[in-house]
Amino acid sequence: MKNSSQSRLPLYAFVVFTFAMCALPAEAHLNTTGMGPFYDGLVHFLMSPEDIVPVLALALLAGLRGASYGRRALFTLPVAWLVGGLAGLSAVTATPHPFIAAAWFLLLGGLLAADAKVSVRATTALAALLGIYHGYLNGVGMGHFDTAAVALLGLVFAVFALIALAAAFVVRLRAHWARIAVRVAGSWIAASGLLMLGWAFRTH
Amino acid sequence: MNTPRHNPLVRATALAVFVFLCAQMAFAHPQKGEAVGFLTGFRHPISGLDHVLAMVAVGLWGAQLGAPAIWVLPVAFPLVMAFGGMLGLMGLPLPGTEYGIALSAILLGAAVLFEVRPPLGVAAALVGFFAIFHGHAHGTELPPGQSALLYSMGFVIATGCLHALGIGIGTVHRWAWGQKFLRVAGALVVIGGSFFMWKAVA
Repeated sequence: MKNSSQSRLPLYAFVVFTFAMCALPAEAHLNTTGMGPFYDGLVHFLMSPEDIVPVLALALLAGLRGASYGRRALFTLPVAWLVGGLAGLSAVTATPHPFIAAAWFLLLGGLLAADAKVSVRATTALAALLGIYHGYLNGVGMGHFDTAAVALLGLVFAVFALIALAAAFVVRLRAHWARIAVRVAGSWIAASGLLMLGWAFRTH
Repeated sequence: MNTPRHNPLVRATALAVFVFLCAQMAFAHPQKGEAVGFLTGFRHPISGLDHVLAMVAVGLWGAQLGAPAIWVLPVAFPLVMAFGGMLGLMGLPLPGTEYGIALSAILLGAAVLFEVRPPLGVAAALVGFFAIFHGHAHGTELPPGQSALLYSMGFVIATGCLHALGIGIGTVHRWAWGQKFLRVAGALVVIGGSFFMWKAVA
Protein backbone atom coordinates (compact mmCIF):
# COMPACT_ATOMS: atom_id res chain seq x y z
CA MET A 1 0.00 0.00 0.00
CA LYS A 2 1.31 3.42 -0.89
CA ASN A 3 2.35 5.61 2.02
CA SER A 4 0.17 8.76 2.15
CA SER A 5 3.13 11.01 3.02
CA GLN A 6 5.03 9.60 0.03
CA SER A 7 2.13 10.29 -2.33
CA ARG A 8 2.09 13.94 -1.21
CA LEU A 9 5.77 14.39 -1.99
CA PRO A 10 5.17 15.98 -5.44
CA LEU A 11 2.78 18.49 -3.86
CA TYR A 12 5.27 19.40 -1.14
CA ALA A 13 8.07 19.70 -3.68
CA PHE A 14 5.92 21.93 -5.87
CA VAL A 15 5.01 24.26 -2.98
CA VAL A 16 8.62 24.51 -1.80
CA PHE A 17 9.96 25.29 -5.26
CA THR A 18 7.18 27.78 -5.99
CA PHE A 19 8.13 29.72 -2.86
CA ALA A 20 11.82 29.37 -3.70
CA MET A 21 11.28 30.81 -7.16
CA CYS A 22 9.29 33.75 -5.77
CA ALA A 23 12.06 34.66 -3.32
CA LEU A 24 13.12 38.25 -2.85
CA PRO A 25 16.74 39.30 -3.44
CA ALA A 26 18.97 37.90 -0.70
CA GLU A 27 21.46 40.04 1.17
CA ALA A 28 23.85 37.28 2.04
CA HIS A 29 27.00 39.00 3.16
CA LEU A 30 27.99 39.19 6.77
CA ASN A 31 26.23 41.78 8.92
CA THR A 32 23.37 42.16 6.43
CA THR A 33 20.73 39.70 7.59
CA GLY A 34 19.84 41.68 10.69
CA MET A 35 19.30 38.45 12.58
CA GLY A 36 22.61 38.27 14.36
CA PRO A 37 26.05 36.84 13.61
CA PHE A 38 24.98 33.18 13.83
CA TYR A 39 22.55 33.58 10.95
CA ASP A 40 24.96 35.85 9.10
CA GLY A 41 27.49 33.02 9.07
CA LEU A 42 24.87 30.44 8.16
CA VAL A 43 23.51 32.46 5.24
CA HIS A 44 27.00 33.38 4.11
CA PHE A 45 27.77 29.70 3.57
CA LEU A 46 24.48 29.06 1.82
CA MET A 47 25.19 31.91 -0.62
CA SER A 48 28.80 30.87 -1.35
CA PRO A 49 28.86 28.33 -4.18
CA GLU A 50 32.63 27.97 -3.90
CA ASP A 51 32.01 26.49 -0.45
CA ILE A 52 28.75 24.67 -1.09
CA VAL A 53 29.72 22.69 -4.19
CA PRO A 54 32.76 20.85 -2.71
CA VAL A 55 30.77 20.07 0.46
CA LEU A 56 27.90 18.79 -1.65
CA ALA A 57 30.27 16.67 -3.75
CA LEU A 58 31.82 15.15 -0.62
CA ALA A 59 28.37 14.46 0.84
CA LEU A 60 27.21 12.77 -2.35
CA LEU A 61 30.41 10.72 -2.54
CA ALA A 62 30.09 9.60 1.08
CA GLY A 63 26.39 8.87 0.63
CA LEU A 64 27.06 6.84 -2.49
CA ARG A 65 29.60 4.68 -0.64
CA GLY A 66 27.30 3.98 2.30
CA ALA A 67 25.98 5.05 5.68
CA SER A 68 29.26 4.51 7.56
CA TYR A 69 31.05 6.81 5.13
CA GLY A 70 28.30 9.39 5.51
CA ARG A 71 28.53 9.29 9.30
CA ARG A 72 32.31 9.73 9.20
CA ALA A 73 32.10 12.69 6.82
CA LEU A 74 29.21 14.17 8.80
CA PHE A 75 31.28 14.51 11.96
CA THR A 76 34.72 15.10 10.44
CA LEU A 77 33.96 17.91 8.02
CA PRO A 78 32.21 20.37 10.39
CA VAL A 79 34.82 19.81 13.12
CA ALA A 80 37.66 20.36 10.63
CA TRP A 81 35.84 23.44 9.28
CA LEU A 82 35.58 24.84 12.80
CA VAL A 83 39.26 24.14 13.55
CA GLY A 84 40.31 25.75 10.25
CA GLY A 85 38.01 28.69 10.87
CA LEU A 86 39.36 29.33 14.35
CA ALA A 87 42.90 29.20 12.96
CA GLY A 88 41.87 31.62 10.23
CA LEU A 89 40.40 34.08 12.72
CA SER A 90 43.84 34.67 14.17
CA ALA A 91 45.59 34.77 10.80
CA VAL A 92 46.59 38.03 9.15
CA THR A 93 45.69 37.31 5.57
CA ALA A 94 45.18 34.54 3.04
CA THR A 95 44.16 34.56 -0.58
CA PRO A 96 42.06 31.72 -1.98
CA HIS A 97 44.01 30.24 -4.86
CA PRO A 98 41.87 29.55 -7.94
CA PHE A 99 43.96 26.49 -8.84
CA ILE A 100 43.22 24.88 -5.48
CA ALA A 101 39.50 25.64 -5.77
CA ALA A 102 39.48 24.05 -9.23
CA ALA A 103 41.45 21.08 -7.91
CA TRP A 104 38.82 20.40 -5.22
CA PHE A 105 36.07 20.46 -7.85
CA LEU A 106 38.07 18.12 -10.09
CA LEU A 107 39.04 15.70 -7.34
CA LEU A 108 35.69 15.34 -5.59
CA GLY A 109 33.64 15.53 -8.81
CA GLY A 110 35.92 13.01 -10.50
CA LEU A 111 35.72 10.55 -7.59
CA LEU A 112 31.96 10.91 -7.54
CA ALA A 113 31.55 10.49 -11.31
CA ALA A 114 33.77 7.38 -11.27
CA ASP A 115 31.95 6.01 -8.19
CA ALA A 116 35.47 5.45 -6.85
CA LYS A 117 35.84 2.80 -4.16
CA VAL A 118 37.56 5.12 -1.70
CA SER A 119 38.17 3.80 1.80
CA VAL A 120 36.60 5.25 4.95
CA ARG A 121 40.02 6.57 5.95
CA ALA A 122 40.47 8.32 2.61
CA THR A 123 36.99 9.84 2.89
CA THR A 124 37.80 11.04 6.38
CA ALA A 125 41.09 12.53 5.22
CA LEU A 126 39.35 14.31 2.33
CA ALA A 127 36.72 15.69 4.70
CA ALA A 128 39.38 16.90 7.13
CA LEU A 129 41.48 18.58 4.42
CA LEU A 130 38.46 20.20 2.78
CA GLY A 131 37.16 21.45 6.11
CA ILE A 132 40.47 22.88 7.28
CA TYR A 133 41.18 24.61 3.95
CA HIS A 134 37.76 26.19 3.46
CA GLY A 135 37.30 26.89 7.17
CA TYR A 136 40.61 28.69 7.26
CA LEU A 137 39.66 30.87 4.29
CA ASN A 138 36.27 31.64 5.87
CA GLY A 139 37.95 32.47 9.17
CA VAL A 140 40.38 34.88 7.55
CA GLY A 141 37.52 36.55 5.70
CA MET A 142 35.56 37.27 8.86
CA GLY A 143 38.48 37.88 11.19
CA HIS A 144 37.84 41.58 11.65
CA PHE A 145 34.35 41.10 13.02
CA ASP A 146 33.91 41.12 16.78
CA THR A 147 31.33 38.39 16.61
CA ALA A 148 33.24 36.31 14.08
CA ALA A 149 33.38 33.21 16.26
CA VAL A 150 29.57 33.13 16.51
CA ALA A 151 29.27 33.65 12.76
CA LEU A 152 31.70 30.78 12.30
CA LEU A 153 29.46 28.56 14.41
CA GLY A 154 26.51 29.41 12.19
CA LEU A 155 28.59 28.60 9.14
CA VAL A 156 29.67 25.25 10.61
CA PHE A 157 26.05 24.47 11.45
CA ALA A 158 25.13 25.07 7.80
CA VAL A 159 27.94 22.72 6.72
CA PHE A 160 26.64 20.06 9.12
CA ALA A 161 23.06 20.45 7.89
CA LEU A 162 24.01 20.30 4.22
CA ILE A 163 26.22 17.24 4.50
CA ALA A 164 23.66 15.46 6.71
CA LEU A 165 20.78 16.09 4.30
CA ALA A 166 22.69 15.37 1.10
CA ALA A 167 24.47 12.24 2.33
CA ALA A 168 21.29 10.84 3.90
CA PHE A 169 19.37 11.51 0.68
CA VAL A 170 21.89 9.54 -1.37
CA VAL A 171 22.28 6.71 1.14
CA ARG A 172 18.59 5.85 0.82
CA LEU A 173 18.68 5.81 -2.99
CA ARG A 174 18.25 2.28 -4.27
CA ALA A 175 17.13 2.75 -7.88
CA HIS A 176 19.97 2.30 -10.36
CA TRP A 177 19.01 5.37 -12.37
CA ALA A 178 19.01 7.54 -9.23
CA ARG A 179 22.57 6.52 -8.34
CA ILE A 180 23.58 7.20 -11.95
CA ALA A 181 22.05 10.68 -11.65
CA VAL A 182 24.27 11.33 -8.62
CA ARG A 183 27.32 10.28 -10.64
CA VAL A 184 26.25 12.56 -13.49
CA ALA A 185 26.16 15.42 -10.96
CA GLY A 186 29.74 14.47 -10.11
CA SER A 187 30.76 14.68 -13.75
CA TRP A 188 29.23 18.16 -13.95
CA ILE A 189 31.19 19.26 -10.88
CA ALA A 190 34.42 17.85 -12.35
CA ALA A 191 33.69 19.53 -15.69
CA SER A 192 33.16 22.85 -13.88
CA GLY A 193 36.52 22.28 -12.19
CA LEU A 194 38.23 21.81 -15.57
CA LEU A 195 36.77 25.07 -16.85
CA MET A 196 37.78 26.86 -13.64
CA LEU A 197 41.29 25.52 -14.13
CA GLY A 198 41.41 26.95 -17.64
CA TRP A 199 40.04 30.23 -16.33
CA ALA A 200 42.74 30.30 -13.63
CA PHE A 201 45.45 29.74 -16.27
CA ARG A 202 44.02 32.55 -18.35
CA THR A 203 43.96 35.07 -15.51
CA HIS A 204 47.33 34.10 -13.98
CA MET B 1 3.68 -1.13 -10.20
CA ASN B 2 6.10 1.61 -9.17
CA THR B 3 7.66 2.42 -12.55
CA PRO B 4 9.88 5.50 -12.88
CA ARG B 5 6.96 7.27 -14.60
CA HIS B 6 4.68 6.71 -11.61
CA ASN B 7 7.30 7.27 -8.94
CA PRO B 8 6.35 10.40 -6.95
CA LEU B 9 10.03 11.31 -6.56
CA VAL B 10 10.52 11.25 -10.33
CA ARG B 11 7.43 13.37 -10.90
CA ALA B 12 8.45 15.83 -8.19
CA THR B 13 11.94 16.09 -9.67
CA ALA B 14 10.57 16.67 -13.17
CA LEU B 15 8.22 19.35 -11.87
CA ALA B 16 10.98 20.99 -9.86
CA VAL B 17 13.31 21.07 -12.87
CA PHE B 18 10.55 22.61 -14.99
CA VAL B 19 9.81 25.33 -12.43
CA PHE B 20 13.53 25.94 -11.92
CA LEU B 21 14.09 26.46 -15.64
CA CYS B 22 11.23 28.98 -15.71
CA ALA B 23 12.75 30.99 -12.85
CA GLN B 24 13.35 34.69 -13.04
CA MET B 25 16.81 36.11 -12.57
CA ALA B 26 17.91 36.23 -8.91
CA PHE B 27 20.39 38.86 -7.81
CA ALA B 28 21.58 37.29 -4.60
CA HIS B 29 25.06 38.81 -4.73
CA PRO B 30 24.56 42.11 -6.50
CA GLN B 31 28.06 43.29 -5.62
CA LYS B 32 29.77 40.61 -7.68
CA GLY B 33 27.27 40.07 -10.49
CA GLU B 34 27.53 36.34 -9.90
CA ALA B 35 23.93 35.61 -10.87
CA VAL B 36 24.64 37.25 -14.21
CA GLY B 37 27.71 35.01 -14.55
CA PHE B 38 25.62 31.89 -14.08
CA LEU B 39 23.02 33.01 -16.59
CA THR B 40 25.66 34.01 -19.12
CA GLY B 41 27.24 30.58 -18.76
CA PHE B 42 23.89 28.86 -18.95
CA ARG B 43 22.90 30.72 -22.10
CA HIS B 44 26.18 30.10 -23.90
CA PRO B 45 25.68 26.46 -25.02
CA ILE B 46 22.04 27.02 -25.96
CA SER B 47 22.72 30.19 -27.92
CA GLY B 48 24.16 28.41 -30.97
CA LEU B 49 22.01 25.98 -32.93
CA ASP B 50 25.07 24.06 -34.14
CA HIS B 51 25.97 23.23 -30.54
CA VAL B 52 22.37 22.44 -29.61
CA LEU B 53 21.95 20.01 -32.50
CA ALA B 54 25.04 18.01 -31.57
CA MET B 55 24.29 17.91 -27.85
CA VAL B 56 20.69 16.83 -28.32
CA ALA B 57 21.90 14.22 -30.82
CA VAL B 58 24.22 12.79 -28.14
CA GLY B 59 21.20 12.28 -25.90
CA LEU B 60 19.14 10.77 -28.72
CA TRP B 61 21.92 8.35 -29.63
CA GLY B 62 22.44 7.38 -26.00
CA ALA B 63 18.72 6.64 -25.66
CA GLN B 64 18.82 4.52 -28.81
CA LEU B 65 21.83 2.54 -27.59
CA GLY B 66 20.34 1.99 -24.14
CA ALA B 67 22.27 1.24 -20.95
CA PRO B 68 25.08 1.85 -20.22
CA ALA B 69 25.59 4.23 -23.19
CA ILE B 70 22.52 6.25 -22.17
CA TRP B 71 24.50 7.66 -19.23
CA VAL B 72 28.11 7.09 -20.33
CA LEU B 73 27.79 9.38 -23.36
CA PRO B 74 26.20 12.32 -21.47
CA VAL B 75 28.86 11.93 -18.75
CA ALA B 76 31.72 11.76 -21.25
CA PHE B 77 30.60 14.72 -23.35
CA PRO B 78 30.57 17.48 -20.65
CA LEU B 79 33.86 16.25 -19.19
CA VAL B 80 35.71 16.21 -22.50
CA MET B 81 33.97 19.40 -23.60
CA ALA B 82 35.19 21.10 -20.44
CA PHE B 83 38.68 19.85 -21.25
CA GLY B 84 38.36 21.47 -24.69
CA GLY B 85 37.07 24.61 -23.00
CA MET B 86 40.10 24.61 -20.73
CA LEU B 87 42.40 24.39 -23.79
CA GLY B 88 40.53 27.32 -25.34
CA LEU B 89 40.81 29.36 -22.16
CA MET B 90 44.54 28.65 -22.00
CA GLY B 91 44.87 29.99 -25.53
CA LEU B 92 45.95 26.73 -27.15
CA PRO B 93 44.83 26.77 -30.79
CA LEU B 94 42.69 24.02 -32.31
CA PRO B 95 42.43 24.14 -36.10
CA GLY B 96 39.15 23.58 -37.91
CA THR B 97 36.90 24.16 -34.92
CA GLU B 98 33.87 25.21 -36.98
CA TYR B 99 34.30 22.23 -39.31
CA GLY B 100 34.56 19.91 -36.33
CA ILE B 101 31.37 21.26 -34.79
CA ALA B 102 29.42 20.96 -38.05
CA LEU B 103 30.85 17.48 -38.70
CA SER B 104 29.83 16.40 -35.21
CA ALA B 105 26.19 17.24 -35.95
CA ILE B 106 26.37 15.40 -39.27
CA LEU B 107 27.96 12.23 -37.88
CA LEU B 108 25.96 12.10 -34.65
CA GLY B 109 22.76 12.77 -36.59
CA ALA B 110 23.72 10.00 -39.02
CA ALA B 111 24.35 7.64 -36.11
CA VAL B 112 20.81 8.33 -34.89
CA LEU B 113 19.36 8.12 -38.41
CA PHE B 114 20.88 4.70 -39.12
CA GLU B 115 20.75 3.47 -35.49
CA VAL B 116 24.47 2.71 -35.59
CA ARG B 117 25.45 0.45 -32.67
CA PRO B 118 29.22 0.49 -32.25
CA PRO B 119 30.98 -0.83 -29.11
CA LEU B 120 30.60 1.49 -26.13
CA GLY B 121 34.25 2.54 -26.25
CA VAL B 122 33.98 3.59 -29.88
CA ALA B 123 30.78 5.57 -29.25
CA ALA B 124 32.31 7.31 -26.23
CA ALA B 125 35.51 8.08 -28.18
CA LEU B 126 33.53 9.55 -31.08
CA VAL B 127 31.42 11.71 -28.76
CA GLY B 128 34.49 12.73 -26.76
CA PHE B 129 36.47 13.65 -29.86
CA PHE B 130 33.81 16.06 -31.09
CA ALA B 131 33.20 17.41 -27.58
CA ILE B 132 36.70 18.92 -27.67
CA PHE B 133 35.72 21.11 -30.65
CA HIS B 134 32.54 22.31 -28.94
CA GLY B 135 34.38 23.03 -25.69
CA HIS B 136 37.24 24.82 -27.42
CA ALA B 137 34.84 27.08 -29.30
CA HIS B 138 33.10 27.98 -26.03
CA GLY B 139 36.38 28.44 -24.19
CA THR B 140 37.76 30.96 -26.66
CA GLU B 141 34.49 32.94 -26.61
CA LEU B 142 34.14 33.33 -22.84
CA PRO B 143 33.47 36.94 -21.91
CA PRO B 144 35.76 38.62 -19.36
CA GLY B 145 34.59 39.92 -15.99
CA GLN B 146 32.32 37.02 -15.07
CA SER B 147 32.45 34.77 -12.02
CA ALA B 148 34.53 31.82 -13.24
CA LEU B 149 32.83 29.38 -10.92
CA LEU B 150 29.24 30.30 -11.67
CA TYR B 151 29.88 30.79 -15.36
CA SER B 152 31.43 27.30 -15.53
CA MET B 153 28.56 25.74 -13.59
CA GLY B 154 25.92 27.40 -15.73
CA PHE B 155 27.77 26.33 -18.85
CA VAL B 156 28.03 22.68 -17.78
CA ILE B 157 24.47 22.48 -16.43
CA ALA B 158 23.06 23.86 -19.68
CA THR B 159 25.03 21.25 -21.62
CA GLY B 160 23.71 18.53 -19.34
CA CYS B 161 20.16 19.80 -19.78
CA LEU B 162 20.52 19.58 -23.56
CA HIS B 163 21.66 15.96 -23.22
CA ALA B 164 18.75 15.30 -20.86
CA LEU B 165 16.41 16.82 -23.45
CA GLY B 166 17.81 14.43 -26.06
CA ILE B 167 17.47 11.46 -23.70
CA GLY B 168 13.93 12.54 -22.82
CA ILE B 169 12.95 12.67 -26.48
CA GLY B 170 14.82 9.41 -27.03
CA THR B 171 12.63 7.53 -24.55
CA VAL B 172 10.06 7.18 -27.34
CA HIS B 173 12.43 4.56 -28.77
CA ARG B 174 10.49 1.83 -26.92
CA TRP B 175 7.61 2.19 -29.39
CA ALA B 176 7.74 1.36 -33.10
CA TRP B 177 6.52 4.82 -34.11
CA GLY B 178 9.07 6.29 -31.73
CA GLN B 179 11.92 4.51 -33.47
CA LYS B 180 10.83 6.04 -36.76
CA PHE B 181 10.43 9.42 -35.09
CA LEU B 182 14.00 9.26 -33.77
CA ARG B 183 15.36 8.39 -37.18
CA VAL B 184 13.55 11.41 -38.63
CA ALA B 185 15.03 13.53 -35.83
CA GLY B 186 18.48 12.15 -36.74
CA ALA B 187 17.89 13.12 -40.36
CA LEU B 188 16.98 16.66 -39.29
CA VAL B 189 20.20 16.88 -37.28
CA VAL B 190 22.16 15.74 -40.36
CA ILE B 191 20.48 18.43 -42.45
CA GLY B 192 21.22 21.06 -39.82
CA GLY B 193 24.85 19.94 -39.56
CA SER B 194 25.21 20.03 -43.33
CA PHE B 195 23.90 23.59 -43.36
CA PHE B 196 26.48 24.65 -40.79
CA MET B 197 29.23 22.83 -42.69
CA TRP B 198 28.18 24.70 -45.84
CA LYS B 199 28.33 27.96 -43.91
CA ALA B 200 31.77 27.10 -42.52
CA VAL B 201 33.15 26.25 -45.96
CA ALA B 202 31.54 29.20 -47.76
